[in-house]
Amino acid sequence: MSDGRTLRGAAAVVGVADAASPTGILDAHGRALEAAMVRQALDDAGLTLADVDGVCYAGMATGLAEFLGIHPTFVDGTTVGGSSFEVHVEHAAAAIAAGLCDVVVGVYAATPRGDRARRDGQAQRRPPFPGPNPMLEWEMPYGLAMPMGAYALAASRHMAVYGTTPEQLAQIAVSTRAWASRNPRARYRDPITVDDVLASPMQASPLHLLDCCLVTDGAGAFVLTSAERARDLRKPPVLVLGAATCGDHQMISQMPDLTTTAGARSGPAAFAMAGVKPGDVDLLMGYDSFTITALLHLEDLGFCAKGEGGPFAADGKLGPGGALPMNTNGGGLSYTHPGMYGMFLIVEAVRQLRGECGDRQLDDPHIAVAHGSGGVLSTMGTLVLGTDATR
Amino acid sequence: MTQRAVPPVSEVAAPFWDATRERTLVLQWCTRCEQPVHYPREACPRCLGTSFEWWPASGAATVHAVSVQHRPGPGRDAADGPYAVALVDLPEGVRMMTNVVGCAPGAVAVGMAVRVAWEPLPDGRHLPVFAPEP
Repeated sequence: MSDGRTLRGAAAVVGVADAASPTGILDAHGRALEAAMVRQALDDAGLTLADVDGVCYAGMATGLAEFLGIHPTFVDGTTVGGSSFEVHVEHAAAAIAAGLCDVVVGVYAATPRGDRARRDGQAQRRPPFPGPNPMLEWEMPYGLAMPMGAYALAASRHMAVYGTTPEQLAQIAVSTRAWASRNPRARYRDPITVDDVLASPMQASPLHLLDCCLVTDGAGAFVLTSAERARDLRKPPVLVLGAATCGDHQMISQMPDLTTTAGARSGPAAFAMAGVKPGDVDLLMGYDSFTITALLHLEDLGFCAKGEGGPFAADGKLGPGGALPMNTNGGGLSYTHPGMYGMFLIVEAVRQLRGECGDRQLDDPHIAVAHGSGGVLSTMGTLVLGTDATR
Repeated sequence: MTQRAVPPVSEVAAPFWDATRERTLVLQWCTRCEQPVHYPREACPRCLGTSFEWWPASGAATVHAVSVQHRPGPGRDAADGPYAVALVDLPEGVRMMTNVVGCAPGAVAVGMAVRVAWEPLPDGRHLPVFAPEP
């Protein structure tokens, strides 16, 4: 890396779309759903397929490009789990800054609930990771429920080292649900209490059912172009001010420190590129696969000191009216979580910065962070996004 | 009891699994770094060296993190009841996933001293698990 600021403001998110339903089930699926998301995101931007020369897809990106009739000069098939989309935006911004392409579209669709119905209720059995899989040999024989068990081990360690309590973790689910109650498309909208979380069935101690994300259908897309071209498009541009990735393991038994994620590197790197501090952030979209996931982000991104995430979250400051609004769409805990949730972090951050969020709209936000977590706390992708005023 | 997910034997880890037939826990050591490597792999993650020796571990370990599975994971069903999955630190300097058995799952705590125990696998190998030090 050079001076670490080379990408600042070079590219902008100019179109977004997402799909989710209070039922958790979408009618569309597969390529049809992906095509709908791409169309909506391009419409949002005021662009067409003919403008697109770059494709991001957490899978075989060339198949998507062929389906859409795109002949891409930039292809990113990075697949690192739920943070894939933050990494895609980072790579796409770099590609645009380097002149490899002009307009990049990224899309994601997964419909685990609808798929189950289409398979007559049969759950799909997929290996958790492609490629050589040491997990089968060194973890699976011990019956760790995946992925929740891996996060539970991190929570166990955090509690033992820092005294974090189940009540503190539960407050994250409570604050997130309070946001979801303001999102008409959220899967769950009824307010909950800390006691509700603690009374929900234990899944993998210390995580209860309400500490865990949903399983829903969902889809989304983004369109990225140069900041220069973004000025003439339909919606106010949302600039990519900072972006960074860091991963430090794939299997939870190989995580160097269960209480510190690779976000402790990607976060400060993205903030440094953007030239912002945690105190400048108006909205944190922090991947909440589990309550512990979000708590670790608060610490690793520097919103509080290591070990202080529990007390930090416990006063409700992450909810509506709080000092650090987090996951205003209702998060993976209450809005939607189709498996790789990171796309929805970007979509909500962009909509908040544009002022499009209705009942849950923040008051004039200018800096939002979309921080994705992929695998089992494995690969972190941090984006710092800003309005045109932050240029 | 349901059948555990039986671990495959990767080529590189054959000495590890062969030793379990005699209920012996061995670790892969890089001869260049003189450090243990776990899980066993084809090249040392420190130096990419490919020269290894296998040495018995002491069998002692300390619980680093633990989660009681109330909802059964792979190879288990609800009839088995909750069980403890842990990461344990070996004094040799490696961490491994395991089950802690021989006590109530809820009694397993971070920092607990444990020692290797063995559960038979259908093919004559044994799976290393850990139990509280007596």
